[in-house]
Amino acid sequence: MIGFNVLVLVCLAYAALLFVVAFAAEKRAERGTVGWLRSPLIYTLSLSIYCTAWTFYGAVGYAVRSGLEFVTIYLGPTLVMVGWWWLVRKLVRIGRAQRITSIADLISSRYGKSTLLGVIVTLLAVIGTTPYIALQLQSVSLSFSVFSAEGGAMPDFEALDNTALVVAAGLALFTILFGTRSLDVNERHHGVVTAIALEAVVKLIALIAVGVFVVWGVAGGPAEMMAQIDASKIAEWQLDGGRWATLIFLSAAAFVCLPRMFHVMVVENADERHVAVASWAFPLYLFAMSLFVIPIAVIGLSVLPGENPDLYVLTVPLALDQDSLAMLSFLGGFSSATSMVIVAAIAVSTMVSNHIVMPIWLSARQGGASMSGDVREVVLLSRRISIGAVLALGYLYFRLSGGGAALAAIGLIAFAGVAQVLPALLGGLFWRGATRRGAAIGLTLGFAVWAYTMFLPSFGDSFVLSAAVLADGPWGIGWLRPHALFGIDGLDPVVHAVFWSMVINSSGFFLGSLFSFPAPLERLQGAQFVNIDDHVRNAPGWTHSPAEAEDLLIMAQRILGPAEAQAVFEAEARAQGKAGYLPNPSPDFVERLERQLAGSVGAATAQAMVAQITGGASVSVEDLLAVADETAQIMEYSSQLETQSQELSRTAAQLREANEKLTQLSIQKDAFLSQISHELRTPMTSIRAFSEILMAGPMSEADQTRFSTIIHDEAIRLTRLLDDLLDLSVLENGEVSLNWQDANLHSVLDRAVAATSSMDGERPLAIRRDARAEDVALVTDPDRLAQVFINLIANARKYCDAEAPELRIEVTSGEAGVTVDFVDNGAGIPKASQSMIFEKFARLTDQGRAGGAGLGLAICREIVAKLGGDIGYLPDQGGAAFRVTLPAAQAKAAE
Amino acid sequence: MSRPPATVFLERRSYRRRRLTDAARMLPLVGALLFLVPLLWAGGDDSAARTAAGGVFIFAVWGALIVIAGALSRHLIRPDPDRAPDGDGAGDTERGA
Amino acid sequence: MGKRVLLIEDEPNIIQAIGFILSRDGWTVDTHADGKTALAEIARRGPDLVILDVMLPNRSGFDILQDLRADPATEALPVLMLTARGQKRDRELAERYGASRFMTKPFSNAEVLDSVRELAGS
Repeated sequence: MIGFNVLVLVCLAYAALLFVVAFAAEKRAERGTVGWLRSPLIYTLSLSIYCTAWTFYGAVGYAVRSGLEFVTIYLGPTLVMVGWWWLVRKLVRIGRAQRITSIADLISSRYGKSTLLGVIVTLLAVIGTTPYIALQLQSVSLSFSVFSAEGGAMPDFEALDNTALVVAAGLALFTILFGTRSLDVNERHHGVVTAIALEAVVKLIALIAVGVFVVWGVAGGPAEMMAQIDASKIAEWQLDGGRWATLIFLSAAAFVCLPRMFHVMVVENADERHVAVASWAFPLYLFAMSLFVIPIAVIGLSVLPGENPDLYVLTVPLALDQDSLAMLSFLGGFSSATSMVIVAAIAVSTMVSNHIVMPIWLSARQGGASMSGDVREVVLLSRRISIGAVLALGYLYFRLSGGGAALAAIGLIAFAGVAQVLPALLGGLFWRGATRRGAAIGLTLGFAVWAYTMFLPSFGDSFVLSAAVLADGPWGIGWLRPHALFGIDGLDPVVHAVFWSMVINSSGFFLGSLFSFPAPLERLQGAQFVNIDDHVRNAPGWTHSPAEAEDLLIMAQRILGPAEAQAVFEAEARAQGKAGYLPNPSPDFVERLERQLAGSVGAATAQAMVAQITGGASVSVEDLLAVADETAQIMEYSSQLETQSQELSRTAAQLREANEKLTQLSIQKDAFLSQISHELRTPMTSIRAFSEILMAGPMSEADQTRFSTIIHDEAIRLTRLLDDLLDLSVLENGEVSLNWQDANLHSVLDRAVAATSSMDGERPLAIRRDARAEDVALVTDPDRLAQVFINLIANARKYCDAEAPELRIEVTSGEAGVTVDFVDNGAGIPKASQSMIFEKFARLTDQGRAGGAGLGLAICREIVAKLGGDIGYLPDQGGAAFRVTLPAAQAKAAE
Repeated sequence: MSRPPATVFLERRSYRRRRLTDAARMLPLVGALLFLVPLLWAGGDDSAARTAAGGVFIFAVWGALIVIAGALSRHLIRPDPDRAPDGDGAGDTERGA
Repeated sequence: MGKRVLLIEDEPNIIQAIGFILSRDGWTVDTHADGKTALAEIARRGPDLVILDVMLPNRSGFDILQDLRADPATEALPVLMLTARGQKRDRELAERYGASRFMTKPFSNAEVLDSVRELAGS
């Protein structure tokens, strides 16, 4: 027989082992050799805190009462893990990207870092967890009492109580020691996780050992076992379809929403690939844990009929004198209870600290986190106190409930309570339209319905709800009866409560979301959560903050600790190319810092703290667009399209322009060619006609002379035309080389007048000049300039239609240069034609007489332009008047 | 969810992987359906065989799910060839740097 | 023969040449140099044949031709068109507007004589 003292000794030794393991793991992690501490195996084993004492002891009792139904509690989590690709993978990704610290933090963060939602979920978690912790304490003290009873020394209730108290205190110590060593969750609780992994192994081995013992040792083999099962009263169990489906759903929901499960599954997760392994390994663990439940129950019923079936795992080996097996079983139960309590305390205390204590503390000291006090200490302290408070609450609950049967039912009640988070969680993960208000309404309604239909009635008629209310509804309103809402009677209470709470919760959540509009930050976070697979980058909580790097550093030091904060800042400064500890507080950096802080104090608190320094928590339109990725993508795409279409239309315009130019050029070329053709063919025609006439035969001497003269003249006209064409082409193509030299305007004009007067056969033209005015020094090409003057004088000679043709050449020199006007006394050029006389082939009248091709003025214009001057027609001068403007000699020289 | 249009043509490996993820998505649904099969037994009279036989059925389905999930996760655990190595290792939170 | 030709052309040397060729062959040649008044001149002179240049001062030969063809009195009047531009398009235009014959400068004298005779004879 194992004495009570031995039991206590073993228990203490086991606890010491846990401490040592946790401590060693912490040390190992500190040295940086995490290794197997973060393996898929450890991750899977840590998930096993799902199997609490309620599983270890309670499953058998459950099986005795309800047959196979107990497996539903493990089928739900199996489905969740097997379907990891849907939900757990996403949760883990979001948890890592957003540095989520708890399920309350997840909900709060998703709905715009809402403090209110954080508080609601935290309260829910506290209310759901406290009885559960009490249940664990009860199971431990009950198992103690079993041994004590066996040992003969029957401890009184006081002693049981003390056991629970000692256990609670020990757990608080362990949890505070290893659960609040570091603040940043990214460092994670290596010690705790390793210890609970060890405990997971112990409880699995214990349960399987008991199972193997009853199947092979007691029943005599699997076949006999099956026969015994069929013979036992468990075989008579009738499956309740509603409960079966509801409990599978409920356990799946609770598996995701339970604070401790969320903690090990998401917060403590180190690698997404671990989830993949756990997807089959954890169901396997559950499978193994469930395999021997029915056999143990059946054997228990046959060996110890009438005893408490909840303790068969312990009492059956004891009754069959298997002391060491019983001891192992006891340790398994102890492990189940303690691991659950430890993780639950960490998870809930984190929530309480981050979502209730810190916001209150922050608002209480409006001065700002950076001004005074060590936030790090405050956070750690608040967390330690929270752990103590949670465990104290659990103990208190245990004391007050008196360890009665009410406690045994608390498992499902707690499940249903935390499952109220499910709609807001799933909606937040998969539905962009989910809003803070919807989540708050859904949570509150679901919470209320759960409390009314399930939680409060669980206390019986002694607490809040009187027997009358339970039986007839409040104020006698029948359709409000807690177990028959809306008059739906006859449902199993669990099914009833789960059904109504989830329906009302989901409806409130859905409708509330539909009829509310999310704040910018909410939309931002919503996009990030729902589209976690598409982008990993976090949303900036603010933009272009004028935050002082120093203030941020001071604050970060208080939360992260000086060494780590300085390392972070120094790394950032180095990345920015700066020396020292103070980087520029770029939005990017501030955002990362906030996430880092969020790992310690939760998203909402971190944001509030940083916002106190940066002075704003607003989200700019640009941020929204940048992160609401569909919008951003659409915007970008459409702006690209717009740019492209702009480019296209620009190109099209250019093409059109080019085409127009080409067309214009082509028209010009056509016109030019046809002009050339005309100008060439016309003299040719005369030449050919008259030469044929001459060839044809005899004619008078006079005719002969006349015709040959025409041929001669036309030949000269042709030659001149070709000369002009070549001249113009050279000028236009810029190939002309000008012979710049000093020249006197007077002498150039002299040359031009002499050249024109030598032309034969023209009418006399009087030329009036002013020699003194003409005495102007020029730097020019005298030959080209003379060509221009000759052209102008020849034109006057040709076209001046006055009785006594006269040409005045007037020279004016001034600052800007020299102007030379050629004004005759003829009729001048009609206004309509003045604009086109300088164009090629512009001939105003038939002037076949002298045979200009209409290129003269065009050539003049080109030459004068080349000489740096200008030529134009002067209207209203009494006759045709041309003005040649030449740059001053100085100007030319100065160039 | 919009995938980049560039992945319309998939290599054999990526295609395999896509179908594997489809299977991973279907698995819990199939499992849920099978776990709900006991609902169909309700109402029968041969209650004697129910607990043992029902247990065998449930545990068989359970075991099959574990085996299939194990096979799937073995393949899905490899990095997705469709995308850059993503946030399963270290440094995902530092993407913004 | 005593048939009368009206030569509408602005280039003096060409007028002289055609005038000489045709009058030596026994034609009565009248000349006119302006496009604008050409129609009136045709109506006044009532020639058996018109030799019409395309490029005339103030009015194009094509316009004159169109008017001639539009007027019943001159609808059938033989018109020999001359052009120095020598482009295909000019020939097409002349044909479309109903020129009896189209000649490109420079032409041979014999060609002109043959054409005039043919047109007047038909």
